[in-house]
Amino acid sequence: MSMEQFQDRNVGKQNYFTVDIEDYPVTGMDKFRRVAKRTFRGELFVGLWVVLREMFKFDIHTVQYPKEKLPIGPRYRAIHQMQRLWESGTERCIGCGLCEKICISDCIRMDTRIDENSRKEVTEYSINLGRCIFCGYCAEVCPELAIVHGGEYENASEQRAHFTLYEDMLTPVDEAISGKQKEFPGFGAITPYEDERVKKTPLAY
Amino acid sequence: MDVAFIIETIIKIVVLLLVFSALAGFGTYFERKVLAFMQRRLGPMHVGPYGLLQIAADGVKLFTKEDIIPQNVVAPIFKIAPVITAATAFMAAAAIPFLPEFTLFGYTVRPIIADVNIGVLYVVGVMAIGLYGPLLGGMASANKWSLISAARAASVFISYEVVTGLALLSPIMLVGSLSLIDMNNYQSDSWMVWSQPVAFVLFVIAAFAETGRTPFHLIANDHEIIDGFGTEYSGMRWGLFFIGEYANMFFISFLTALIFLGGFGDGSFLGALALLGKVAFLFFFFLWTRAAWPDVRPDQLMWLCWKVLMPIAILNIVVTGFVVMFKG
Repeated sequence: MSMEQFQDRNVGKQNYFTVDIEDYPVTGMDKFRRVAKRTFRGELFVGLWVVLREMFKFDIHTVQYPKEKLPIGPRYRAIHQMQRLWESGTERCIGCGLCEKICISDCIRMDTRIDENSRKEVTEYSINLGRCIFCGYCAEVCPELAIVHGGEYENASEQRAHFTLYEDMLTPVDEAISGKQKEFPGFGAITPYEDERVKKTPLAY
Repeated sequence: MDVAFIIETIIKIVVLLLVFSALAGFGTYFERKVLAFMQRRLGPMHVGPYGLLQIAADGVKLFTKEDIIPQNVVAPIFKIAPVITAATAFMAAAAIPFLPEFTLFGYTVRPIIADVNIGVLYVVGVMAIGLYGPLLGGMASANKWSLISAARAASVFISYEVVTGLALLSPIMLVGSLSLIDMNNYQSDSWMVWSQPVAFVLFVIAAFAETGRTPFHLIANDHEIIDGFGTEYSGMRWGLFFIGEYANMFFISFLTALIFLGGFGDGSFLGALALLGKVAFLFFFFLWTRAAWPDVRPDQLMWLCWKVLMPIAILNIVVTGFVVMFKG
């Protein structure tokens, strides 16, 4: 569908029409006629028929939630996950602190140090889920695709912190090495077929 | 009066109370299921197979909840109001023949507690006293929603009492008796609904108002006045209102089936089954309309009663009178 008709703001040129509402009856006779028409048109029975038909069709739309779950979209922004590198299993997070900086509700806190190999290492990383608004900026800004939004939306727990300690968010090492880590297609991650969609930087101007 | 008769009557009363209290519970289950299916939902599913034990869960909840008497209510009236609703509903059942006569171990059982010769008058009258449940409960609750509901209850019940009474007059004129068993026997050739279709429609419409069911559900209209007269109630007192409402639905269904739809016919086993089938259908109809139809406004309800239904009912009586007079 073309967007043309939505972008045309010249009111009056489009094919708008006003809704056809009957005039309200004024005289007693007109009122009576309307009552009679509504009474004998059998609209009430149409209503009865419709619900009865639906009952016999038995086309039930209920999702019995704890037993059945609807799939959520891959770009849904639920509890964060910290990813590891494939094969080596090292943590992807390089401690750059961008997520901490960009977080608009100030809920990410991290501590880093320089380790023996003079590489930066994350010592503390936590997200205060009481403050997090799940905007997804942290995942979007992460240069290493280390922090992503997972699909875990069932957040009932005794402690909010249960979800957001670094160890809980981090993929276990064995999972990453054996190649079972889910490369998350969600917010902040590279979308599929990104290669084909990449365009050359226009240099013409 | 001999002892056997008294014992028999007491047994009948106990059976009736137990059966219809249980049926009221099942009524809530059926209502939730039927409404759910009509709205493409599943209804209660988790407690027991297909949610069947939901009734037990609800019962346990109602019985064990704290019975709250809020501040500022008129406590004695507040406490007695639900009892009035439930009691009048069951009292009305005394004159209703629920099944034809049958013989059990060589003893003839008549499944009617008292075949009084003013059966219909008694049933309709006692059901009308049920008005005092919502009215007193609503007025004693010290709650504005309840007060509105009480006002509506008074206006609706009193208005539709008129329609019920007038609608029943013409069948009574034809039968010449107020006993429900006579009414049933009168219809052995053809059902009353064929000779009195207008009275039947009027009575069914009035029955919806009397029981406060959906097209006329404005006494406890959840979406505008919370639960109306039931807003301040909790626990089993609220449950009594509910039992009363559902028992009333069943009794009105029995009444409609007996007066207009042939009742139990000749009193055979098949006839008894037919009566139960008719009652089941009428009860289903109560639920069916709830899924299909919107509610009307209180003023529309009054308009319908006084300006439409009552004149039609009176015309019906006049025409019936002429027919009875000239045809014998």
